[in-house]
Amino acid sequence: MSATGSPALAPAPARSGISATLAHAVAVVSGNPVTGFAFALLLGLVACAILGPSLVPYDPLASDTSVALQAPTLAHPFGTDQLGRDILSRVVVAARLDLTIAVASVALVFVAGGLAGIMAGFFGGWTDRIVGRLADTIMAFPLFVLAMGIVAALGNTVTNIVLATAIINFPLYARLARAEAAQRRNAGFVMAARLTGNTDLRIVLTSILPNILPIMMVQMSLTMGYAILNAAGLSFIGLGVRPPTPEWGIMVAEGASFIVSGEWWIALFPGLALMLAVFCFNLIGDGLRDIVDPQRRT
Amino acid sequence: MTAIPLLDIRDLTVEFATRRGTVQAVRQVDVSVARGETVGIVGESGSGKSVTSYAVMRILDRAGRIAGGEVSFSGIDLRAAGERQMRDLRGREISMIFQNPRAALNPIRKVGHQIEDVLRQHAEAGSGDAKEKAIAALEQVKIARPEERYHAYPFELSGGMCQRVVIALALACRPQLLIADEPTTGLDVTTQKAVMDLVTALTAERGMSTVLITHDLGLAAAYCDRIVVMEQGRVVETAPATTIFRAPSHAYTRKLMQATPRPGVTLRDLLPAGAPAAPAARAEAAGAPLLTVSGLTKEYPRAKAGLLKRKAAAAEAPFRAVDALSFSVNRGESVGLVGESGCGKSTTSTMVMRLLDPSAGSIVFSGEDISRVPAARFARHALRPKIQMVFQDPTESLNPRWTAARAIADPLLRFRTVKGGDAIRARCEELARLVGLPVELLDRFPHQLSGGQKARVGIARAIAPSPDLVILDEPTAALDVSVQAVVLNLLADLKQALGMSYLFVSHDLQVVRMLCDRVIVMRAGRIVEEGPTEAVLEAPQAEYTRALLAAIPHPPV
Repeated sequence: MSATGSPALAPAPARSGISATLAHAVAVVSGNPVTGFAFALLLGLVACAILGPSLVPYDPLASDTSVALQAPTLAHPFGTDQLGRDILSRVVVAARLDLTIAVASVALVFVAGGLAGIMAGFFGGWTDRIVGRLADTIMAFPLFVLAMGIVAALGNTVTNIVLATAIINFPLYARLARAEAAQRRNAGFVMAARLTGNTDLRIVLTSILPNILPIMMVQMSLTMGYAILNAAGLSFIGLGVRPPTPEWGIMVAEGASFIVSGEWWIALFPGLALMLAVFCFNLIGDGLRDIVDPQRRT
Repeated sequence: MTAIPLLDIRDLTVEFATRRGTVQAVRQVDVSVARGETVGIVGESGSGKSVTSYAVMRILDRAGRIAGGEVSFSGIDLRAAGERQMRDLRGREISMIFQNPRAALNPIRKVGHQIEDVLRQHAEAGSGDAKEKAIAALEQVKIARPEERYHAYPFELSGGMCQRVVIALALACRPQLLIADEPTTGLDVTTQKAVMDLVTALTAERGMSTVLITHDLGLAAAYCDRIVVMEQGRVVETAPATTIFRAPSHAYTRKLMQATPRPGVTLRDLLPAGAPAAPAARAEAAGAPLLTVSGLTKEYPRAKAGLLKRKAAAAEAPFRAVDALSFSVNRGESVGLVGESGCGKSTTSTMVMRLLDPSAGSIVFSGEDISRVPAARFARHALRPKIQMVFQDPTESLNPRWTAARAIADPLLRFRTVKGGDAIRARCEELARLVGLPVELLDRFPHQLSGGQKARVGIARAIAPSPDLVILDEPTAALDVSVQAVVLNLLADLKQALGMSYLFVSHDLQVVRMLCDRVIVMRAGRIVEEGPTEAVLEAPQAEYTRALLAAIPHPPV
């Protein structure tokens, strides 16, 4: 209905694609303060990840048993843990590791899953069957258990956490990219590209991929939160990053045993950081969807 | 115009809130429909004709609102009516038929059940007699074997059948007013005639009023009592159908009428007076054969229906979309390939285009049998630049992420006919001038161009590699008549200037008549009739060609 009911609009002023997109992005953010808030939060997280170690008041690894298990005070706003380490410093410094794992795994699955899905959707036939069954196989397992198995089998390293997170997200990307590519496989502009002598590979790279990218970016932002949660979850159960490295999952795990005895702050603050990060990426996903949706661009 | 009209629209203004401020889509429109009258609202895209009907039904988008005026339906003020009252009116008193019948039906529900839903919603039937009434409704729209069709899903029915079901839905509760929004766009011309005849007969029988919204003046003239012409949200002329064609009073109506293809006019006649009178005389089509197609066949295996039936299906003969087709196109000639949907004309053009491999037969182009080269490898073939195509939908055939210049430059980059950035840009500008696209629009993206401008970009891209044969696949089907007139003239001029041959695939015989030297009429994968255009259209030999010609709605001149 909305498409057919569109009134006679004056032709859009000639603006190049990038500046038009930017103007549109500004309009979306200003029209929706929550999206603006999410982008501000992201900026804060990225700042923590890059500048963290030089911002924090204490060395996140230095233990001082004289101040162990202190509740939040002015000197230690988030309190201290059982070894007297400053929790604020640890939470801020941990942002780098958690975000690195999330970004690396999402980037990996974006390239691998996205390309596999596009190939499956564009060529169909055997490529489609192989990619489809691979995705089905992965989806047949409870995903977190699969990630645990991969890390347990390959070894307890950051690289393997990244790999495991990427593998469990593979079906999401492959299926999305497949559906989008299959929809455009017989589009007029793809036929036209064939007529002008483009090879299949070039058609995928110049005609299909750029048109799918915006949708994939929304997906990326949504899975980013999931990737952070997954990495923290693996660390929480003892697979993945090992103590004393500051990481939100381990910190929650370490603090969990102290909640019973009343020292709630050890688990609460890293848990809050985790929640905020996941929340932020999900909100950005919503905002990005509005930005790339051409229907919203009136 | 007696007594109180059934539907009375006065001073209606509809506004849409957009980011660049409010846009008035409909401005001070007055339309009235008397009982039993059929009123046509005619206009090109963006004229506000659909928005007017949405405002009557109160189904505008979120962004749209009725800013002023009055809408009353048999005494009820529709602007003041509550949502509950509107829900009762929609379907029972006023119903609507939309353009795409397949999209208007729920794809996963049997059509019979969908009719029952409407009957029950308006308490016209209970659980006991609903099925009976639904079958009766199907029978009324002349669907053969209604008991069987009751159990059919929309995908099992043809486009014309689906539109009949939609009409049955719309008329199920015996409404007083039917609003038909482009009810036959996208249907074949013979189906269009059948559907329109059905609507007219049913509404006349019930004394209903009809509002027919269409871009086709011929259709409106053939079926309406009164015609309202709209342009850019305003009503420019209201007159009885019989007089509007003899004496159109408004300049826009005249322009619209002039641009409508009709018997006895040439391409130049479609353009407004004062257009450059370029040579309309056709080049003598005496060239040597450029393309010779012989015995061209495309077979598709029948769908396998389950494990048990597989053997039976394999024994069945495969479906022949194109059946031993033979024809030729000479140098400098335009040949029209005409037929209704499903006749195999698109399959034929796709095979000639070498995007699809034929099952049998040969395609000899410039003395070489190109059907021997697999479609997958033809992209690198030396003859690839020589066969190009203009697509049906100008929007869909342009990559949304490429500027017009990038799209036109693509063949130049791939075929390496022109080297260097400056040279390519210069050639793009030359092509843009050739197709009449302002050079400053070259840096725009498709969504910033109008339909006609996008069509020009598509044509420029097709002629960029200097092809010998251009296949035109309904190049004007998605365009307004005035834009169609300009694009058709452009195509004729380009052919003259560049000496190309055209294979013009279309369902519109009037358009083919003006552009083509020879015409081939296809049905069910075979050639029904072939010959010089004038001869075929003036004195058709085949029964099918006569039926096609008879189905074209003619304005009463």
